[in-house]
Parts: sequence; C-alpha cells; structure tokens
Amino acid sequence: MSQPIPCTASITVNGDEVPLDGIAAHTTTLDWLRGRGLTGAKEGCAEGECGACSVLVARPGTDPESGAATEWTAVNACLVPVAALDGQEVVTSEGLGTSSELHPVQRELAVRGGSQCGYCTPGFVCSLAAEFYRPTRTGDGACDHEHGPNGVDLHALSGNLCRCTGYRPIRDAAFALASPEPGDAFAARQAEAPPAPRPTRIAVGGAEFVRPETLAEALDLLVERPEAQVVAGSTDWGVEVNIRGVRAPLVVAVDRLPELRGLTLAEDHVEIGAALTLTEIERRLDGRIPLLAEVFPQFASRLIRNSATIGGNIGTGSPIGDTPPALLALDADVVLASPRGERVVALADYFTGYRQSVRADDELIRAVRLPLPLAPVTGFHKIAKRRFDDISSVAVGYALDVTGGTVVRARIGLGGVAATPLRAVATEDALVGRPWTEDTVRRAAAVLAGEGTPMDDHRASAAYRSAMLGQSLLRLFHDHADREEVPA
Amino acid sequence: MSHLSERPENPVVGIPLPHESAALHVTGEALYTDDLVGRTAGALHAWPVQAPHAHAMVTGLRPEPAYDVPGVVRVLTAADVPGVNDAGVKHDEPLFPTEVMFHGHAVCWVLGETQEAARLGAAAVEVDYEPLPSLVTVPEAIAAESFQGARPHLERGDVTGALDDAAHVFEGEFEFAGQEHFYLETHVSLALVDEAGQVLVHSSTQHPSETQEIVAHVLGLPSHAVTVQCLRMGGAFGGKEMQPHGYAAIAALGATLTGRPVRLRLNRTQDMTMSGKRHGFHSTWRVGFDADGLLVALEATLTADGGWSLDLSEPVLARALCHIDNAYWVPNVRVDGRIARTHKTSQTAFRGFGGPQGMLVMEDLLGRCAPLLGIDPIELRRRNFYRSHHTTPYGQPVRHADRLEACWDQVAESGEVARRRTEIAEFNRQNPHSKRGLAMTPVKFGISFNLTAFNQAGALVHVYKDGSVLINHGGTEMGQGLHTKMLQVAATTLGVPLERVRLAPTRTDKVPNTSATAASSGADLNGAAIKNACEQIRERLAQVAGGRLGISPNDVRFEAGTVRGISVASGSISWDELVNTAYHQRVQLWAAGFYRTEGLHWDAASMRGEPFKYFAYGVAAAEVEVSGFTGAYTLRRVDIVHDVGDSLSPLIDIGQIEGGFVQGAGWLTLEDLRWDASDGPTRGRLATQAASTYKLPSFSEMPEVFRVTLLEKAHEEGAVYGSKAVGEPPLMLAFSVREALREAAAAFGPAGTSVELASPATPEAVFWAIERARTPATPEPGTDTGTAEPVLAGGR
Repeated sequence: MSQPIPCTASITVNGDEVPLDGIAAHTTTLDWLRGRGLTGAKEGCAEGECGACSVLVARPGTDPESGAATEWTAVNACLVPVAALDGQEVVTSEGLGTSSELHPVQRELAVRGGSQCGYCTPGFVCSLAAEFYRPTRTGDGACDHEHGPNGVDLHALSGNLCRCTGYRPIRDAAFALASPEPGDAFAARQAEAPPAPRPTRIAVGGAEFVRPETLAEALDLLVERPEAQVVAGSTDWGVEVNIRGVRAPLVVAVDRLPELRGLTLAEDHVEIGAALTLTEIERRLDGRIPLLAEVFPQFASRLIRNSATIGGNIGTGSPIGDTPPALLALDADVVLASPRGERVVALADYFTGYRQSVRADDELIRAVRLPLPLAPVTGFHKIAKRRFDDISSVAVGYALDVTGGTVVRARIGLGGVAATPLRAVATEDALVGRPWTEDTVRRAAAVLAGEGTPMDDHRASAAYRSAMLGQSLLRLFHDHADREEVPA
Repeated sequence: MSHLSERPENPVVGIPLPHESAALHVTGEALYTDDLVGRTAGALHAWPVQAPHAHAMVTGLRPEPAYDVPGVVRVLTAADVPGVNDAGVKHDEPLFPTEVMFHGHAVCWVLGETQEAARLGAAAVEVDYEPLPSLVTVPEAIAAESFQGARPHLERGDVTGALDDAAHVFEGEFEFAGQEHFYLETHVSLALVDEAGQVLVHSSTQHPSETQEIVAHVLGLPSHAVTVQCLRMGGAFGGKEMQPHGYAAIAALGATLTGRPVRLRLNRTQDMTMSGKRHGFHSTWRVGFDADGLLVALEATLTADGGWSLDLSEPVLARALCHIDNAYWVPNVRVDGRIARTHKTSQTAFRGFGGPQGMLVMEDLLGRCAPLLGIDPIELRRRNFYRSHHTTPYGQPVRHADRLEACWDQVAESGEVARRRTEIAEFNRQNPHSKRGLAMTPVKFGISFNLTAFNQAGALVHVYKDGSVLINHGGTEMGQGLHTKMLQVAATTLGVPLERVRLAPTRTDKVPNTSATAASSGADLNGAAIKNACEQIRERLAQVAGGRLGISPNDVRFEAGTVRGISVASGSISWDELVNTAYHQRVQLWAAGFYRTEGLHWDAASMRGEPFKYFAYGVAAAEVEVSGFTGAYTLRRVDIVHDVGDSLSPLIDIGQIEGGFVQGAGWLTLEDLRWDASDGPTRGRLATQAASTYKLPSFSEMPEVFRVTLLEKAHEEGAVYGSKAVGEPPLMLAFSVREALREAAAAFGPAGTSVELASPATPEAVFWAIERARTPATPEPGTDTGTAEPVLAGGR
C-alpha cells in the first residue's frame, strides 16, 4: 500500500491530455484551470453556491436503458480537488464552442439576452449543456414554468446564480433548445464508456492526495494514517479548504471505490452505496422511495447533487443534513466497514454529538440500508429562506403507517433543532395507536413543537423553528387527508 | 423635436440586439480583470489582515513574523504610503487605519508570490487591539446620537396645520434592512508600473476617474501618472462606484514598492465583510388623509445607516428624501434626514441610491393605511397619483405625470387585474391554508445626478482610413448593456452598419475627468457625448460628400454605409470611399465629444430646485401565493409596463427591467443581512457573509409568468435619440411583490386587516405577519436583528 504510485497523473481538458504537475493536494479544479489560462470558469463564492465555476465531467451514465454509458455531468470546479480528476475528462465553456462557432446552448443564451455582465454565464452554459445532453431528457411538449416542452428541467440550473438578468431569458433559452444534432461530438462521446477511475497518489509540499483502488486499500490506509481526511464529492471539504483555509496532510478519495457504489433492491431492503451521488441515487431509484424522491430536489442544487454522496452527507455529521431526517424516518441502518469487518448501526444510534458519531477513525460508511416495506404516509418538509438550494432552518421527515384510520407506526426525523439529527420520539408516541384525525394531529403537533432545543441564528429564530415543527405535522395531515376531511 | 432626441430614418438605435459581448460571455472568452493575472508574468497576490473587533484601537502591529512565511514578499502598512493615507473622497477613510471601525476592517495587507503565501503571511502578522465600545444597530446609534454628515430637511406647505385638519392621521415606525450587492465578480485590481514609472491599474470600477484620483493621492503622484482601465465588470450595481478605490490603491502601492505587478482580488467573504452595502434605514412617520383618502400631509424622519464613514451617504440620503413622495401628490411635506454612524462597513451606492428607501416608506404606509381607511390599496394608490400640473416637494414640475396613469391602466388591462382579483378572492375563500394576493405599485424616479457637476460626459471617436470606426467613452460596462447602446448610437449618427464600429475599453487616458457610471445616466450622458463626436465628423464628411455629389452639405444623408443626397438623382458614394477621399483632402477623421445636461439646478442646503432631467415611470402588478403553514411563497405572475422613452436597445432595456425587478424583490423578500448585535465576542460581525448564508434570488424566485412591456409613444424630448434611463427605476417595481405578500397575509385574517410586514419579508417574517392576522394579539418574537415593528395610531 505504501508503495509510491508513479506520478503520471493527468486530465483530459477539452480534448487535450494535460499532465498534473506540481499541484498541491488541496488545489481546486477551478484554480488549476484558471492557472492554465482557461479563465471562462469563475470564482463567485468558492463554496459551491453560485455555479460560476461549473464545468462538465464525463461520468458513468445513470440510466442503463438510455444507451448512454457516459453522462456529461456538471460539477462545481471550486470544490473538486483537481487531483480527484486524475484520468478523467473535463470540458469547460471554452471547449464547448468558440465565439465564431457557438455551441447550441451558447447560441440560445447569447441571442436571447441570457447574459448581461457575463460573469456567471460560462457556468450557466456548462450546467445547461449537461441538461442538453441528459440522455433521459425527452420532451413531450408539455411544459410549466420549471419544465420546458423540450424536456429541460430547470432544476438543472438551481445551483447557478445570476445577479443581472432575473433569469427569464435564461429560462427561455433553456426551453428553446432542440436535441443535439446528429454528429454532435459531445453526444457521441456519451455512447462510449466513461474514463475508469484510476489509483492516484500525488504528494507535493508534505501533503498527499491518494485515491486507493479498493476498499481494502482505503481501510489499510486509514489504519496507517489516522489523520487522513476522507473525501468523496468534496462538497463539504472543498468549502473548508476554500473558506476556512483548512489543509490536510493526507486526503483519501473514496468516491469511486466500487465496493461503495452498489445499489441493491432486495425483497426486504434497499441498500444504497455510500459513494453514490445524490443524482445517481435519485435517477436510479426513479421514485421507488417516495420520501427520498421528495428530498432530492430540495437537497442543495443539481451541481452539488452531482458530486455529493449519501455517505458523505451522513459522514459530515451536520445537525441539519438534508438526508438524515428522511433516513431516520425510513429507519435506515448505516453499514460501517473496517479492517475488522462490517457492522450495522441504526442511524438513530449513529450520531452522538455535534458532528460526532459512533464511527471509528478506521471505519468508512460503506452503505445505507433501508428496510422494506415502506410506510404509506410520508413527507419531507424543509424550511428555508429560499425555495431551493438553501440550508434548512428546520427539516422534518415523516414515515407513518396509517391502517384502518389508526396510526400504527410512526417515524419522524428532525434536522436543525439539536446538535444532531434526531427522532421525534415523543411525537411518535403521541401519534401511535391513535386515530389519524385532526384532533390527534393537533395534540401531536403541540408535542412536536416542543421537540429538540432549537436556536436563534441568522437562518431563523428559535420561535420560528419550533412553530415550524408544529405546523409541519398539520401540513402533513392536510396534504394526506381526504379533501372532505379538511375544514373549509 | 430637439436635435438630440431626433432619430434619422432606419436608425440602428431601437433594434433589439443581444449584448455586444454575448458571444464572448457564453464561451468564457470575455476577459475580466482577474483573468488578466495569468497573462501577467510575475504578479504578486495581496491578502488583508482583518480586525476581529467592531471598534478598537490598533496598539501594536508587528509584520515581522509574516516574513518567515515562505513566499511572503512584502507587508504593506501605513508607513509605506508616500502620499495621503486615505481611500475616500471625504477624507474619512484611512487606507491603513489606526482605529478599527468595523469587524473585518483591514489594518494592513500582505503581498505573496502566491495567494496561499499571502494568506498564511496575513495570519502570521501580529496585531494588538484595544477594544472600544461599539454601535451596531441604528437604534443604538440614534440613542447615542451618533450621526455624521449633513442633516437635510425638506419642507413644503403647512404640515402641522394639515395634520390637525386631516380626517385621518396615522403614525408609525419602520426599520428595514440594507442589501449586499453580490455582484458575481468581487472587487479586483491588477496594478503594473511601466518603464517610466507610470502606474496602470486594471480595476473593476464604475468610476475610473475617481479610482485614478485616489490612487494618485495615495501614491503622491499627479493624476497624469496614473491610468485606470476597466475592461468590463462582472456586475457592480453601485457597489463599485466608490468602493474599488482603496483596493486599487493597495495594488498600486504594492506595485510601486516591489516593482512587480500586484493583483488584489477579494474572495467572497472578504468582499462581504469589507465592502459597503445598500443603506438600511430607520423611519418614523405621521401621515394625514382627507375623507376621500387623498394624502394631505406627510411628516417623516429618515435615518440612514451610514456605517463607519460618510462615503456616498449624503447624496443617498438626499435622494431618499427626494423620493419619499414616489408617485403621489402630497401637498404638505416635512422630512428630516440623518445619517447614523455605526460600526459597520461603510454603506454606499446601490441601484436606486436611496430612492428605493424613501419610496419604501411611502409604499409601506399606504399598504398599512389602506385597510384602515377602508379603501382598496389599488384604488388608494391611483387616486393619489401626481397630475401634470403638480410639483414635487422640492419644487420640480412632474412632467409627463400622465404616463403614470397610462402605465397603470395598461397593466390593469393587459394583466387582467380585475378578473384575477375575483379569482383570487374565490381561491382564498376555498383554501384555509394558502392565500393569494395581488398588488399594483407605481414608480416615479428622477434621472440625473443630484450633484449638477456630475452631469457631463466625454467621448473619443476615431474613423480610420478604411472606414472602420473606433469609439471610446467615459462610461463603464457592468452588464447593463451600455456599450451595446453606445455602438448603436455611433452607428446611427454616422450612418454606418453596426459591424463597422468597435468599442475600446474604458480608460482614463482616453477620456478624462469622467463621472461614475451611475444614477442610470450612462447612456444619456455618454450617448450624447458620442453623438456629439460623431456629428462633428459627419459634418466634416458632409462637406466632402457635398463636393463630390455636387449638392449642398446640408442635403447629405448618411445611412447604412451609403452617403447620398436627399434626392435620389444626386447619386451616392459609399462610406468607405468618402472616408478615404476625406483623408486625402486632409480632413480630420476623429473627434472628441462632450455633453452636459442642460437645465438642471439644485440647492442642497435648501433641498430645492430641479435636479432631474426627467422622471422615469413604471407600474407593476404582482401576484403571490403564501403558505399559511410556513410563510413561504411563490411569485405566480408579474406584469410590468415601463417607460424607457424610445428605447435605444429594446432587448437590453427589457433585460434591465426584469433584472432590476428580481433584484428588488430579493432586497424586499429574501436577502437578509444579519449583523451580530449581541454583546458576545463577535459583536459587529456580519453573520451572513457567504452565499450559503446570504441568499440571492435564484431561478425559483423568478416570477412563474413574467410579462414586461415597454410603454409606447414615450419619446423623451431632449434626451439622446428620445430614450430614457433604465438602470435603476425598475428595481422599485418590486414593491408590488411586498404589497402582494401583505395582501395575502391579510387574507388569513378578518376583512380589513392591516398587516405589518418586516423587510425583508422572508418566509419567517411573512409567517409572523400571518400569525398576527390570524390572531391579532400575537407579538413577533424577537430576532437578532432587533427589527422594530411599526405601531399604528388610530384614525380620527
């Protein structure tokens, strides 16, 4: 394991293979690209919130039936360490087209007034190009304000901020896109296999970036080097690097370990590999778990979901964490792997304190396991200032089994009201065994409003957080009760 | 029709064109200041040492440890300044302060071979602070009587008498938040020194001439030794009118001391914690209505949160006072203005420049008073509109006031407002947990700098021997499409195809002594200057053409690259041939143009005069749907009719209206600046200092249906090609969103409920408004902004 891997790291950028020489373990893809003169991608926020740095990466296809082995996937170049892209293919706005030969996405944005200051524009171009090439995009002519007649889902742009246009011309450009022309090189590329992940070891200035080839290698490395920083999509770590100046002597990338990328649909459970991205899970589950299907569009942005993994979302241990409230409601288990073997921990027992858990230094989250069958009444309520791509002030996940008008089982997961995500046990008790009626719900809502220990901060007041807990249950009831049961 | 506003046949102005740099934007080929760094060998990187106190004395500063960090080249301190240690025009902004005035204030700067080295070097600098008491909120500053600058007073009529006689009198207090510009491109400068000691600063600045002057005075150089260039900005919105100067000066100082290029680019956190923002305001008011709901008197005190230094606070406050009337005739007015000095960033220009704050006070009080008067808010607003014989409280006739009604009626009709309100009432009757609201609000916004001297502009136009044209002007491009319009103006005036004209980057050595590209005036001023330069050239060419065609020069016409006589019979020659002929006749083919806006006068002391060339008008109708469970809302539909005169460039103008509207909606409903006002160790710190905590509108905040129409037959006499300014006015159309939220919240309560709504009206603020509407005794739980809730006195 400690044998140095010869430094042959390289990236294919806009069709050219470029060696990765002399880069630090923390060097972001954005800084590296800009240092090479590819200044189209910009730094707007350095924390994956604005999308001005968006670039395309060739990633494995998410829908085998579409015939696309590869998908052009937009990611935030400001968060991904460039070392993590060793052996991969990247396309930037410059690679999509030139001012004398515009790409269809570029042309639509340009002629419709989709750029004003232009600073965010290359990022919009890349995010929109990913949607343009999405193999599952099929327009049936039906449209609303978020879905074009050409099948474009505007949520593809939810991680891109524009301060100038007000977005309307960008929406018009997105909805005006046709399908890729025959002979489109980027579309053709999707039919071929994506670049395989390759083991990487880059060491400069006393800091290393390592991508092990197997889970066993990764676990050995964690035993050997307990100070290792484990990263998957780097959507959290990248922020630490950029905003707080955090550096690590060793970064270990686990996002392409095959053992962490399985998705098993069994009779009595679903197992989701920890290193699957939220986008991969969303597309491969395709609505099979309605509660998670409700979470995905509200989980950060498409750009973040293209990199962020479910294991990472649990592993960072955020008290807010978008998936844990839902996963708690789904009675999820966490599968932890170490050189000693595997153990299974209930997610409800996983978090022990603020960003702390039962996971030992030499353990990796290998998978998340959800028992089946699913409860019939589910809901995910995320309270935030902005509708999409915002951090919750409060999040609530529900999975209730209402049989014969009675609540026979209840699981409620909460985020943002304590140092860890937690189950609303008292509220569950207030529901179970009682009739699913407005009266029961009102009593339980009062209990729910008292769960946790919400704080005042810049996102919300403690009073609002508590009020939102109580309101949330009323809303769930309203959404699920028959219309005639709702008082007019 | 005036000479300036008259359009020739088949003009290039008026054609809808995409932004002149659109193809460069979408491919990433467009260069911004920081993109030049990779093309500049050996550039050093600057990083600030930011103070962790809201207010403190610097009692010791030891840069030595920074030099132990590999790659650190130089630490810049006050001792290095050869000229004046000041970055402001009011001489109250030391570039290197000895007194820390806000949390995050930069006390010195470190230059490194890499950004990483500079960052680590800055962390190594040792600074001793003696913390001092601080004022963070406006109420704290008011209580401490901490004010700065002028205390303007605007008065007309007999307010006291009118209030005594009014049928209804209400009073209230309203504090509302400022706004972070959040231009996507943060502040950035790149400074180089040439072989003759000339300093060239590439800067993302709206005001290159002032950046040049500040750099020169910090360096102790005459202005001619400093050149400032601005290629383009990645957004500015007023945030780069005054704020770039100090950063440019640091870069220039570093470049002169080290002999190497210096790049200073703030990251987002630094930008948000160091640069100025839109002023939040505190207001108290009393208003009187007659029995018909007509405004009879308004008395108000506006206190702007100026932050630590004066900056542009005085003109911002003056514009707030001049816009408190918005679109309404108020016969008796008394408004006092004050600027609070607080330990915050120095608040500065932001699209609208105080106008939005003044108008918000009026729109808020109308929204609150309408239910108490028992008058539909749409009717109340329209009833109080200015008519054409009225004058503003500062004495300016309200020319074209009829356009307010024209816009209003067009929005009402095309937006099917009456039908939709019926549907909304039905929706609200059927849905206990969600409510809709629809509101209409007008905008009247004065165009020109209040300070008369700024209303001038220059241009430099070259025609080369091959007939191609190069234009320079003093305005800067920040995305607003100014350069696109200027190309159209030049092509129109010279009668050449658009592609024959190229525009060169804004530089102080091409056009000197420029005004900021601000106050929505960029196209008015620079367009007229370009037109003037082009006309000088055209007149000389007309002489040549007259000789060639054997006709009077007065009968020569220039159109689409062809020069001909009025009569077809007189023949024609091509533009290129004419230019070549003129060269050989030794005719000057280039010209400097100049423009000054005529007819303006303003007495800042008495707050009287006619400071504005004209008013821009617009009306918006907005419909929202609000959840009673959360206070969250969606913007279902927006209809706008806006007056841009005869548009120079309709696609650009519609883009400005839409973008301004959404930015205004962000200010009023979403964007939440939170400063730590506690007594803890981080007092004064901006808690929302990143994109993750300060949320801008994203695509989900765009109106689901968004219909923008330009007012027709809106020729503006006396402005370039009959056009009007468009940059700022549409921002204030977003009051319609806030008022629609108020309507929707009120629908949760009994009929006639008057709703008080915090600003920004975040989902939380709307939820508390709904709770108060549902159960009138509910107080809003305190939040850490200390938002003061308005109190209504009863009518009588």
